[in-house]
Amino acid sequence: MTQPATLKLEQVTKRYGRDVLAVNNFTQNFDPGSYVCLLGPSGCGKTTTLRMIAGHESVTSGEILLDGTAVNKIPPAKRGTAMMFQSYALFPHLTVQDNVAFSLKMKKVGKSARLREAAELLEMVDMDGYKNRLPAQLSGGQQQRVALARALITKPSVLLLDEPLSALDPFLRVRMRSELSTLQRNLNITFIHVTHSQDEAMSLADRIVLMNDAVIEQAGTPDEIFNKPVSEFVARFMGGHNVVTVQGVMGAVRTDKIKLIGNGNNADKRLSGKLTYVEFLGQNVNINLETDSANDITASITDSAYKKLNLQVGDEIGVNWETDDFHLLTQ
Amino acid sequence: MTIRKTGKGWLLASPLVLILGFFLLIPVFAIVMVSFWGSTEYSYYPAFQFENYQFLLTSHVTLSVYLKTFMFAAITWSLCLLIGFTVAYYLAFHIRSLPVQILLFLICTIPFWTSNIIRMISWIPFLGRNGIANNTLQHFGVIDEPLEWLLFSDFAVILAFVHLFTLFMIVPIFNSMMRIDRSLIEAARDAGATGKQILTNVIIPLSKPGIMIGSIFVVTLVMGDFLTVRFMSGGQSASVGRVISNEIGLLQYPAASASAVVLLLTVLIMISIMLRFVDIRKEL
Repeated sequence: MTQPATLKLEQVTKRYGRDVLAVNNFTQNFDPGSYVCLLGPSGCGKTTTLRMIAGHESVTSGEILLDGTAVNKIPPAKRGTAMMFQSYALFPHLTVQDNVAFSLKMKKVGKSARLREAAELLEMVDMDGYKNRLPAQLSGGQQQRVALARALITKPSVLLLDEPLSALDPFLRVRMRSELSTLQRNLNITFIHVTHSQDEAMSLADRIVLMNDAVIEQAGTPDEIFNKPVSEFVARFMGGHNVVTVQGVMGAVRTDKIKLIGNGNNADKRLSGKLTYVEFLGQNVNINLETDSANDITASITDSAYKKLNLQVGDEIGVNWETDDFHLLTQ
Repeated sequence: MTIRKTGKGWLLASPLVLILGFFLLIPVFAIVMVSFWGSTEYSYYPAFQFENYQFLLTSHVTLSVYLKTFMFAAITWSLCLLIGFTVAYYLAFHIRSLPVQILLFLICTIPFWTSNIIRMISWIPFLGRNGIANNTLQHFGVIDEPLEWLLFSDFAVILAFVHLFTLFMIVPIFNSMMRIDRSLIEAARDAGATGKQILTNVIIPLSKPGIMIGSIFVVTLVMGDFLTVRFMSGGQSASVGRVISNEIGLLQYPAASASAVVLLLTVLIMISIMLRFVDIRKEL
């Protein structure tokens, strides 16, 4: 396969017309051979960013650099990127092998050579037994593998994946997640994966770029993003956090770091609230409290701890946490 | 099971059976029956004889008339396909906004707001010896003398056919094209396809069902036409439809029926050949 390349976006901005700002001043380095997730709620500009890197969307201002060369004006196929589309966009009139060999046919590679190469790629994604089928005769997961093979046959140095798992059922999604990650490690090329699911991003990415409202909210490793959220948005979007304000200072505390202090216990408490409902999740139990301040608190405790506490809905419960677990938020 | 027992299925299917029976099967059966009857100059009588077919299938006139009709069909079909595909492509891929698409599509249908015959006749003052076309060409010095072949010629017949039937090509092709997922075109571009390669490798194959439906419309309409040929050729060109209409005019119903049966079979064969190439079921 090709050498991994460094992808760099410098102050990339996309406007539609005068008023709509889709991506604002996006600057980010993508290390060669890394798995990066562009994460964010729908409409945050993550897909637009991906499409600009692919060349399917023009850049209003700023530069996209691949190994130091600006590729803004270069057509998609000449950039060294390949894109896997959200609904896979397989050609319905072509067989699996012709779909995979499509880009070679466009380059006027001879029939036997291109079918041989397509067969190799299909073998890599475990689809060699289906080469004469039409896309409509494949399941969602199989279509995805074919789409992967079709994108990889161009030997890209950056593979762009637009919500690749959203069309799959939850069970298959988890399995394809590990396959994508293995594939990326074996190929050692950069994967840029757009998703709105924080689970997906956390489990796959070496680096997460979290976007909101056309700008990058925070970029870093999954650990950094989850444990050191810089803003209320990040803490809330990643989930698993309580955003609390104590003495005018806003911070985030992970739900599993919350300590509950039951009735009649006089230990220190930072906040207190009334138990509104309990969610039983198996290993863990989520306890939801309504506090006097605007924000409700969720505490995630183990099943056995929950049984020991013997709580009832309506109980007044105290809440405490270690000072170190309180993470300051800027806004 | 219950449906079969109570005969409810027959009841539910009966409206369609009755309509097709009365308006399709019985008339076709009547034509087939009459085509075996005998006739003299002034009468016809029930019989079962092959005289009509024998005369029809051994006559040189039949052959030349069929060849002429095939020629009309082939030329009209290719022009309608060329224009129809281009217009549909423009509407489907170059016009981005849906309201504009609908507006332009409606403009395409304007010729259909008046009757066929009026549309055909309106060509006469345009194409005539001293018509607008000749006058304009002479005015600009393109020609010195009026072109004689503009009106009452095969050219005029084909022009009228194309004018009448292009929309039948535009509509199904446009429909097919609107169903093409736009991400397929991006995927093709991502794979390095040029505009021309996208057209030949993605758009044309995926428009095939529409092309085929349009082709069936145009070919059957041209094969069965007699009015356009009579008006626009000034009575100088023959077509299968005109032969039948003349035979009816002479009250030669058995001969006309035999011609109609042969024409029907010819068109059915043509359609079945066309359907060999494309599976249109997925379009319906």
